[in-house]
Amino acid sequence: MADDKIPLLSVRNLAMGFASGRRVLPAVSGISFAVAEGETYALLGESGCGKSATALALMRLLPAAGRVLGGEVRLGERELLGLPEAEMRGVRGGGMAMIFQEPATSLNPVMTVGRQIGEVLAQHAGLQGEAARARAGKLLTAVGISDPARRLDEYPFQLSGGMKQRVMIAMALAGNPALLVADEPTTALDVTIQAQILDLLQDLQAERDMGMLLITHDLGVVARMAHRVGVMYAGELVEEAPCATFFASPCHPYTQALFAALPDLSAPGARLATIPGQVPSLAAMPAGCRFAPRCPHVMTRCREVSPEWRELAPGHRVRCFWEEAAVQRVSAVAEPAVRPALAVAQAPLVQVADLQVHFPIRRGILQRTVGHVRAVDGVSLALSPGRTLALVGESGCGKTTVGKALLQLIKPTGGSVLLEGHEIAGLSRAEMRPLRRRLQMIFQDPFASLNPRMRVGEIIAEGMQALATAERGALAEAVTAMLAQVGLDAEAVGRYPHEFSGGQRQRIAIARALAVQPEILICDEPTSALDVSVQAQILNLLAELQSSLGLAYLFITHNFAVVEHLAHEVAVMYLGRIVEHGTVEEVLRDPQHPYTRALLSAVPSPKPAAAGGGSIIRLPGETPSPANPPAGCHFHPRCIHAMPICREAYPDETRLSPTRVVRCHLLSSADLTAEV
Amino acid sequence: MNIQPVLLWSDVCIWLLVLAGIGAGWWSRRQPPLAAAWKRVGQSRPGMAAATILLAFVLVGLLDSLHYREQLPGKAGEKASYSVEVLSALDRLLLPLRTRVEKTYSEPLATRAYAKEMMEVRQADGSLRTMRDYPRLKFGGATLGADEARVDADIAGRAIRAVLLAAVVWLGLCLVVVRRLACADGVPLKQAWQALWCGETAFAWNAVLIAFGALMLVAALLLGLATEYHVFGTDKVGQDVLYQVLKSIRTALVIGLVTTLVTLPLAVFLGIIAGYFRGWIDDLIQYIYTTLNSIPGVLLIAAAVLMMQVVIDTHPQWFATAAERADLRLLALCFILGLTSWTGLARLLRGEALKLRELEYIQAAQAFGVSDLRIISRHLLPNLMHIVIIALVMDFSGLVLAEAVLSYVGIGVDPSMISFGTMINNARMELGREPVVWWSLVAAFAFMFVLVLAANLLADAVRDAFDPRMA
Amino acid sequence: MLAYILRRLLYAIPILIGVNLITFALFFIVNTPDDMARMQLGVKRVTPEAIQKWKAERGYDKPLFWNGAAEGAGPVTQTIFFEKSARMFAGDFGRAEDGRDISREIVARMGPSLAIALPTFLLGLFVTVSFALLLAFFRATALDFWGVVLCVAMMSISGLFYIIGGQFLFAKIFRLVPISGYGGGLDAARFLILPVLIGVIAGIGSSTRWYRTIFLEEMGKDYVRTARAKGLTETAVMFGHVLRNALIPILTGVVVVIPLLFMGSLLTESFFGIPGLGSYTIDAINAQDFAVVRAMVFIGSVLYIVGLILTDISYTLVDPRIRFDR
Repeated sequence: MADDKIPLLSVRNLAMGFASGRRVLPAVSGISFAVAEGETYALLGESGCGKSATALALMRLLPAAGRVLGGEVRLGERELLGLPEAEMRGVRGGGMAMIFQEPATSLNPVMTVGRQIGEVLAQHAGLQGEAARARAGKLLTAVGISDPARRLDEYPFQLSGGMKQRVMIAMALAGNPALLVADEPTTALDVTIQAQILDLLQDLQAERDMGMLLITHDLGVVARMAHRVGVMYAGELVEEAPCATFFASPCHPYTQALFAALPDLSAPGARLATIPGQVPSLAAMPAGCRFAPRCPHVMTRCREVSPEWRELAPGHRVRCFWEEAAVQRVSAVAEPAVRPALAVAQAPLVQVADLQVHFPIRRGILQRTVGHVRAVDGVSLALSPGRTLALVGESGCGKTTVGKALLQLIKPTGGSVLLEGHEIAGLSRAEMRPLRRRLQMIFQDPFASLNPRMRVGEIIAEGMQALATAERGALAEAVTAMLAQVGLDAEAVGRYPHEFSGGQRQRIAIARALAVQPEILICDEPTSALDVSVQAQILNLLAELQSSLGLAYLFITHNFAVVEHLAHEVAVMYLGRIVEHGTVEEVLRDPQHPYTRALLSAVPSPKPAAAGGGSIIRLPGETPSPANPPAGCHFHPRCIHAMPICREAYPDETRLSPTRVVRCHLLSSADLTAEV
Repeated sequence: MNIQPVLLWSDVCIWLLVLAGIGAGWWSRRQPPLAAAWKRVGQSRPGMAAATILLAFVLVGLLDSLHYREQLPGKAGEKASYSVEVLSALDRLLLPLRTRVEKTYSEPLATRAYAKEMMEVRQADGSLRTMRDYPRLKFGGATLGADEARVDADIAGRAIRAVLLAAVVWLGLCLVVVRRLACADGVPLKQAWQALWCGETAFAWNAVLIAFGALMLVAALLLGLATEYHVFGTDKVGQDVLYQVLKSIRTALVIGLVTTLVTLPLAVFLGIIAGYFRGWIDDLIQYIYTTLNSIPGVLLIAAAVLMMQVVIDTHPQWFATAAERADLRLLALCFILGLTSWTGLARLLRGEALKLRELEYIQAAQAFGVSDLRIISRHLLPNLMHIVIIALVMDFSGLVLAEAVLSYVGIGVDPSMISFGTMINNARMELGREPVVWWSLVAAFAFMFVLVLAANLLADAVRDAFDPRMA
Repeated sequence: MLAYILRRLLYAIPILIGVNLITFALFFIVNTPDDMARMQLGVKRVTPEAIQKWKAERGYDKPLFWNGAAEGAGPVTQTIFFEKSARMFAGDFGRAEDGRDISREIVARMGPSLAIALPTFLLGLFVTVSFALLLAFFRATALDFWGVVLCVAMMSISGLFYIIGGQFLFAKIFRLVPISGYGGGLDAARFLILPVLIGVIAGIGSSTRWYRTIFLEEMGKDYVRTARAKGLTETAVMFGHVLRNALIPILTGVVVVIPLLFMGSLLTESFFGIPGLGSYTIDAINAQDFAVVRAMVFIGSVLYIVGLILTDISYTLVDPRIRFDR
């Protein structure tokens, strides 16, 4: 871009590491990039690649163990790394401001919003008292918070997640920074809120002509926001390109692999491309190109010499020896489909009817029950062998509770759960035990779902012992067989969970569930804590297991790309109820419920074509609390099509096709073809 | 000489604890996460120096926990009768210290008593004259005979010999350690020597050796001089203060360690089931510990000890010897301290169990229908172990300090039992005297300080190694 | 919020009843009044008549829980439990061995106790929090390291040493202050300086280390990074952000002891001869005056429970999450 004039931010050969004992482990080794005014530069990479460390090094906010090892950071003409701390304080918040990933913990819990913004105003704009308050109010308005006068006196815990991130942004803007560093600003938020925040950031940037350094792992966010992209791998920048070029012709084998691993871009049901091996650890970086051990195009010299930058087109450069790069384009379609064809639905294994889970709210002197959180409020669904039902919704909609209530880990308040025609809701623990074998669950966080004090062998054997599905003598053999089935070596038996990476741990968790030969597997966001390339491995594994074992999956997720890739049917949940239910093709190609539509259009797509055009539906507001759902249709306060009847009655089911059910007054009214 | 072994109840507890300690050590060697944490403790230099010192204290305490009664001299053929005095292996080793009792106070390393006395002195002409002077001690510097002027030279000579002996023993141990390290790593001795002192060994050998050196130096000096002098002086009844200080160690250890025997099961059991089961069980346990907690600790202990005294005083027939009575009173004190101090740990464990029970691996186990007991023992307990270990070592120093205060208040150990508390209590009365009788007090405080400081340093090292947040 | 505090108040009732039962069990069931009489009168020369007389003088000759011989409400009220335990709820603690009314004695002795305990508490809190802030501010420097070493050393020293050593040094060698005693009015200051000073010094080690840990933990949190990213000075971060948040865990330990200050300190008061509740308790323990010990146990737990409630109230003041949530 601006070659002739000085860029807003220029980073040259920045290197930093973390002190560990007497050694310093390099986390970022010599990266260089520049951000111009009004430009969004996206730093893309998987967890542990050093992208957040880079941002903190720019701000000189590294944790105690962090050490800057060399290089140069210039904001305008000022060199920052050598600046005295007192002057650096003027830069922080004033020259460049930062917003962080976790809005919930990044705001001071015992200080009002007004004071937290006021601090920046006092520091960088010299504003005090009424003037500061007025300015803070304006900032809140600018970030889309209504009723700023009231909000200024509120504490962070009184705000929702999206609102907190807006306050963070207002705080960052208060010092009128020239550069905004946004470290995964939307990762902790739901898609509809993410869309709002991304819009806001984009508008503010255009308005103020700010430079923005956007740190993210999400290709969709990159496609939507960035002007230029830099890809980081293991502490190095490996490819840099303008956004359009980047999506049209990614060149580095790592970038290509990332694209291929995305479920969005491959054909539904196709096997996803995966990257073998793991990101090298800080302590053991390979010599030469750091991607070499995992690269499909590796050559001898890759292992010896670290490649230099190679300019492919103006602004597009790559650190790779392999030159045919541009020729290869993502093509995962060639692989055979692994998703079983949509066979005629067999008799369902599990039938859930009108499931309810209510948690009492206790208040007052005697802690009487004054109300209920209706986490799940009348959900019906069916699971059949060999088929996957995806349960989709934003956080707090009750989808995980449905899974746990199915397993009777949480006692349902009402409704029935039939396992092959036998009622299991309300069974005692002893009565439930023989049935436990048939229903199993895989959890979201592979770091919390394995007991750190047990060996992998013991973890996998636990279920078999508890349910006595394997003979005592055959236990060891059975464990080894399970490990092989999920693609792990037999020697893993004697090791502890912490010795494995996130993806491997999720494999162990899958092996543990499969060990008792269940027929139904409830997968609670099994890939949301994993990086894209690892997610692909797990999704492939789940697909293979389904086709070979004929398992029924209840796949709980918020990620539509995964749904499209893996599921046969989808149910969309909002505030404890299913609002739309149908086959994947029906629901994703032609969403009928306004919420489903908004949800789908809020997902940032890594397909660059979709990034700009198309009608984008933005949902106003945020999900209300399930303790006090709105009267009538729960969705009506956020629905652009809300009618008077929506405020009065919850809509009945409307059956659009044999497989398709929607609960919306728009469709239940006589004129089905009305413009929606 | 015939002896009759005596097993006091506190001995039983102590040796059980030793066995449990060995068992736990063996068990945690086979648990890689625990073994790794202990390894981190081993890397901590202050921690290992403290452990070396503590080991010496424990050794003294264990020697003092092998009790016996001596056979009284009697005619052959008669049924053997045994002395009512219960002695320990330590008493036997310190026989000279124990038996060489002066008349009353004497300063450290003195040859004469602390206070003037009327005595009859035979003059040169053979007449007896009564005069007031400091009487010569019976045992302190006895070998000097009349040549008292030689006392400084004698002390210096003994000190130098002791230091030399300590140095030789210390160097010998250093060589043994270096040889073993050299063999293990397959490097020459010199290199191993350098690695050791530069702190490049995985285990903090340099700290251990330095602590051991200091220990050897002090021990050699004390014992070298104690054969002839009262190194720390004598107390009101003329008993050697060094002997008392060494005897106090066992009391402190019993209070610090046996109390945990009561605390641990209560806290672990109640804390975990309250956190795991929640509901009315939780409410009940919370009620119990809030109620116990709401009575100020000292007062609850005071009330309980007073009541225990009544029980002991009204049932003299229960005890065969005075030692047994004092011993049971000591154990009862431990029991009372344990009953009043489990609440903190229980509350901590309850909170942790509440958090853990929501973790997904517990839910996964529940999804398999694993029984509650098994979930508690396989999933909860191992993941709470670090808290228990940290609490255990942190409590020790507090209990040792508490004993001194309680004994001072009059609700501690039996007045006949030697402990830091009773020593301080007896000695502080004499602070008003002129010149001041300070040695007893200083010796007790110094030993207690070293013991508690070592315990605190080890506790810090253990906490740093076991606390997952610190790792 | 009001409901929250009311609920805490209600919760105090079963706890007080529990305390009452525990003390009753300790004093009257573990040992029967006969046992106590035997011990007080001397185990050897004791006759049934003497025991009877001893019990009657103290009102211990009634049944424990149920008096079948009495009439009306008598079966319940004319019992040891009602007269000795239940009446404590009404502030009636009976008489000590020397015949004096315990309630009056307690009221008279609270003043001197408070005169020592309150300054010790306030000064101690100020000194330790400042010291801990200093160490946290200079974390990972030599100052921090040696500060922590000093704290560990100081907390390894017995409290008795501070008192005996301080008394010996300041009162006996330097003769700056009287060794012990107490006077009314302004004269009291002369007697109070040393015990207060010693009380503060004795507490420095463990409290400072505890507060330092809290500060460091707070400083590792995300919002502190945000505050630094605003360009605030380290001092502003410490005082504006860290201190306020660290106050919440510190309050848990601090507020609860405020009411207990009335009880005074056992050691300090007895060493310095101050006629407060602490020395009263010690004297009672040494004289085996059970009635006084029982009264002190009860008052102590009442004050502790008041402390718990104060803690809850103070939370609502510093933590907006509690203030607005309940």
